[in-house]
Amino acid sequence: MRGDLALIATLINPGARVLDLGCGEGELLDHLQRDKRVNGYGLDRDAENIRTCVSKGVNVIEQDLDEGLDNFVDASFDMVVMTDALQAVKEPRELVRDMLRIGEECIVTFPNFAHWRCRAQLALKGVMPVSKQLPHSWFDTPNIHLCTFTDFEQLCAAESINIIQRRVVNANHQEKTFINWAPNFFGTYAFYRLGKSS
Amino acid sequence: MSSIQANSLGVIEPQLYRHAEAFLLQNGEQLHGYELVFETYGTLNAEKSNAILICHALSGHHHAAGFHALDDAKPGWWDACIGPGKCIDTDNFFVLSLNNLGGCHGSTGPNSIDPSTGEIFGPNFPNVVVKDWVASQAHLADHLGIQKFAAVIGGSLGGMQAMQWSIDFPERLYSAVLIASAAKLSAQNIAFNEIARQAITTDEDYCAGDYQQFDKNPEKGLMLARMVGHVTYLSEDGMKTKFDRDVKSGDFEQGANVEFQVESYLHYQGRAFTQYFDANTYLLMTRALDYFDPARAFDGNLTRALENTTAKFLVLSFSTDWRFSPERSQEIVDALIQARKNVASAIIESEHGHDSFLLPIERYTKVLSAFLQRSFAELENSAELLATENEVDS
Repeated sequence: MRGDLALIATLINPGARVLDLGCGEGELLDHLQRDKRVNGYGLDRDAENIRTCVSKGVNVIEQDLDEGLDNFVDASFDMVVMTDALQAVKEPRELVRDMLRIGEECIVTFPNFAHWRCRAQLALKGVMPVSKQLPHSWFDTPNIHLCTFTDFEQLCAAESINIIQRRVVNANHQEKTFINWAPNFFGTYAFYRLGKSS
Repeated sequence: MSSIQANSLGVIEPQLYRHAEAFLLQNGEQLHGYELVFETYGTLNAEKSNAILICHALSGHHHAAGFHALDDAKPGWWDACIGPGKCIDTDNFFVLSLNNLGGCHGSTGPNSIDPSTGEIFGPNFPNVVVKDWVASQAHLADHLGIQKFAAVIGGSLGGMQAMQWSIDFPERLYSAVLIASAAKLSAQNIAFNEIARQAITTDEDYCAGDYQQFDKNPEKGLMLARMVGHVTYLSEDGMKTKFDRDVKSGDFEQGANVEFQVESYLHYQGRAFTQYFDANTYLLMTRALDYFDPARAFDGNLTRALENTTAKFLVLSFSTDWRFSPERSQEIVDALIQARKNVASAIIESEHGHDSFLLPIERYTKVLSAFLQRSFAELENSAELLATENEVDS
């Protein structure tokens, strides 16, 4: 399984109700259904992803995250997960609010725009950063709300969102000691496990 | 000339099921037995676990696939999806398709003789509802020795039957496929049905429903009803693509007798319908559509209505379908998620409106096929597991 998904899987309790926003080919839910007997649903809007999920027996719902999550009732899930999609949605703040309205907790992962490679491209070359995690050029990128770890944590503070846990990893989804010296400089991806304000 | 192709089921012989016992209907009335005409495609396996039930929509019938004769111009109404190697694959599944009670294609209905009077039922045929259809389909399944369907599939009114199956007989189906359907009709939808009914019942040849006795047929009304229906089954874009403002006959310059292609189409479809469909059946079917509302018994709470279901659901809708819009399907999906049921959904891009569910749209057939293949594999696996357990036990 993809490294980031394996890490998320360790954070989910057996039998939990899980909603995966932008579930792709259903890799996480497929694993969680078989390994932890979760009651899981994934949202996606890509036809091929949906067909793949269906052939795996993953509960996939065709729904565009930009249309909101109004159809989901309050506190109906234990965990709402969104991997690598925050930067591509129209209204990330509203979506994170909705995730915590629907879920007891949520997990958000996104690439760090303040990683030193990004900083270097902007500072030294004077161009918009392009990397393995953010491979698109500025004119055709789906990533319209890029942020840094610091930005995200400021949003959490403003929204009184409780950051239960943060794990920062490199491009291979590994945790390294040096990253924690300056996570917002060395970290490629972060996992945030969020709860309602305490 | 025969249009039978390599992946066709070929010539199919309809069969008849006779239910001898009395059948109590939801409205309290009773039928002294009934008959259902049905067809089957593919082979029922030894465990009788590979059966799929096809539920038809408003104007459908038992003849879903294959041909009745080698020189038939057209195959059954869902031949695009049912057959060897097709998305409802008869190499794996045994497919059962019937004409519902109250129909006009061979099952007991308004054109049958009422044994208590010796005369044709006509307008006195009892109002049957979706729940009655499902109960009678269960009798047919008993007759064929099918304890549990691998899937119950239906589009539109057929999807309502599949949903009712999952509620009434949760232990008798493994999965349910609800296509372009709804948990209940909207006021707008009922309104279109009422226009169709008024067209029929105000036709002077309707004769209060006893038109057969007077050797008449309310053709004008039935034609109008069908024309209204057809308009609502298409989308505006679809009609533009298909007809635009093209002229079939007449001349604009002369300013007279212009017939647009769209008019010609509606006239043709409407007229053809009067030749193969019965007016009383049309009234009955539209009422069954209007009355369907399984949440009604649960204070309008669909989640509670679906609480005891165990089927795996696939809910499909089409982007330009405004008669059974994607929003109506989403209501079903939301209720199933709240009830913690297994469900997958897809909204298929198509310009063909409600009619899309009858067409072999690539994405639609692919996702349906993926779902059924998955169900088939899961059923095979559980059968193997059971066999191994039995070996260990003995």
